[in-house]
Amino acid sequence: MDFDIVRSFVDAMRSAFGTSAVLFALAGVGLNVMFGYTGLLNFGHVGSLLVGGYGTAITVNLGGPLWLGILIGITAAVLLGLLYGLPTVRLREDYLAIVTIAAAEILRLLTRSSALEPLTQGVFGIQKFADNFYDLNPFPRGSYGVWRITWDANTLWAIVVGWLLVALCVWLVWMLTRAPWGRVLKAIREDEDAARSLGKNVFGYKLQSLAIGGAIGALAGVFFAVQSQSVNPDSFQPIFTFLAYAVVILGGPGRALGPVVGSILFWFLLSFTEAVLRQAVSAGFIPDWLLTAQEVAAVRWILVGLGLMLLITFRPQGLLGSREETLIDAR
Amino acid sequence: MPADVFADVQPVPGVAKPDPVLVVDGVNRHFGGLVAVDIDHLEVQRGTITGLIGPNGAGKTTLFNLLTGFDTPNGGTWSFSGNDLVGLPAYRVARLGMVRTFQLTKALMKLTVMDNMKLGATGQSGEKVFGALLPWRWREKEKEIEARAEVLLERFTLAHMRDELAGTLSGGQRKLLELARALMVEPTLIMLDEPMAGVNPALTESLLVHIKALRDEGMSVVFIEHDMDVIMDISDWILVMAEGKLIAEGGPADVAANPAVIDAYLGEHHGEAATPENEVVESEGEDGDG
Ligand SMILES: Nc1ncnc2c1ncn2[C@@H]1O[C@H](COP(=O)(O)OP(=O)(O)OP(=O)(O)O)[C@@H](O)[C@H]1O
Ligand SMILES: [Mg+2]
Repeated sequence: MDFDIVRSFVDAMRSAFGTSAVLFALAGVGLNVMFGYTGLLNFGHVGSLLVGGYGTAITVNLGGPLWLGILIGITAAVLLGLLYGLPTVRLREDYLAIVTIAAAEILRLLTRSSALEPLTQGVFGIQKFADNFYDLNPFPRGSYGVWRITWDANTLWAIVVGWLLVALCVWLVWMLTRAPWGRVLKAIREDEDAARSLGKNVFGYKLQSLAIGGAIGALAGVFFAVQSQSVNPDSFQPIFTFLAYAVVILGGPGRALGPVVGSILFWFLLSFTEAVLRQAVSAGFIPDWLLTAQEVAAVRWILVGLGLMLLITFRPQGLLGSREETLIDAR
Repeated sequence: MPADVFADVQPVPGVAKPDPVLVVDGVNRHFGGLVAVDIDHLEVQRGTITGLIGPNGAGKTTLFNLLTGFDTPNGGTWSFSGNDLVGLPAYRVARLGMVRTFQLTKALMKLTVMDNMKLGATGQSGEKVFGALLPWRWREKEKEIEARAEVLLERFTLAHMRDELAGTLSGGQRKLLELARALMVEPTLIMLDEPMAGVNPALTESLLVHIKALRDEGMSVVFIEHDMDVIMDISDWILVMAEGKLIAEGGPADVAANPAVIDAYLGEHHGEAATPENEVVESEGEDGDG
């Protein structure tokens, strides 16, 4: 096979605007509310996605309509967010990280458990519950896109709805955070005692932040479930939360558009490195003793990890963040 | 100068005041074996400036923390303007009109000076999550808040910094910002923990004038300070703490002449040649006890 950089670029672009990018953009927008604006270290964000996805799948599976499933999924995620917030009444913020990561794992293990198998269908998960979504697809069969960057009709339908959801959530977050409400969140992020001394109900704001962030996370979970027509426990591993953090930090925490830019760039880089490496290996540019085709998938993660480390070193504010703010040393 | 309200008040620890804004009963706080605060009875007269002094570690800051809901006492009761404050969270205390500042300045460094000020304002519907989505309803209020903030910034010589991040301010300027921001809450009792530490002498002078003006407008002020000149100049009444206890109180002249006060400061230095004035020199220019 010939080395074709253009093809690598096309693959990367397809991925940068595809369903994975939508998923991480949505998850990142939710995480950004909690981590970026409020400074809450929620390491169980994937739990909101799980609840959103499973809420939808289980409801439809039991004979309910899709919209009701989505509603149930989001409501459950709001409740989960409030539950996550309870420990913050008394405990320091690092405890939130521990509590949330554990809670999300418990949820995942519950969906695998034989006790809940009648509902969740255990390790196999639930499939084919979103036909109603694809019935609404206005695009006739075919291939759509710009130049060589194309998708089939169903994927395009999911992507279009997905990016619209992203736009809606970004708009909501932007409206909220440019308002005095967002000012209070930023104050809490920096010094919650200062906010308290000025009469702000810090605990209440943290709960609101976790509920809103969780609801947007649930929407990401719904998107994932509906788009792939499948949920299963192994899609909701803790690693997902950490990748969502990478996306938020890459774009710039505390910027409404940050996670969107972060997600697009993240998926572009990830796919581009993979595509280039794969082609280079098969074209013989990289000798076999150095890197084999099977190792490419792992190596691209190493390279992306290195890239993130460089970014944190040289541009700690992320792509959209303010340099001025990061230069201020908040004790 | 409402000094005459103290005409019939004896300078003895725990004495009752004619119109107390703050009443403390049996409030105590232990850290392990250490008794940081142990107050039998304490009253603060409304509409006056009350200085709170005492050697380092006397428990002044801890008492502030307890009274304003930032720490929980092991026992005791206290009330502000007739409101029982026991168990009230800090933000509710502030909303009642009892606002404190911190010994270690808590300027929000990554917010602009103006945003710091606006944060202090109360009654902004845009701070509610649903209110935030109706900008046409919070914008008017925001303008009003901004106008009030401008006036205060002007008074505290910070107007030229309004759009800078608070983190770019000097230590003294941050102290000023914190005080100005606390005033945005429109408190009726303001509790200042070493507000002059690190502020230059000329500005300290104008700060004192300003604090007196607040008192003359009817606000009650309690403030912790190590500088004896400042304390004697500005206080209508002085409370003295040592080792967690209220050991003396009275007008500036009473306190200056009280042997128990001099003992408290001397005792700390194990008989070295130290007076309250020396204490002042040592703590001047230090920006908190970090
Ligand atoms: N969180 C805490 N844990 C343990 N001990 C504490 C704590 N806070 C205060 N203390 C102790 O309580 C005592 C009173 O401290 P506090 O800060 O109230 O003194 P202060 O009068 O404000 O002194 P300064 O003038 O130096 O500010 C000190 O001995 C201090 O070490
Ligand atoms: Mg102190």
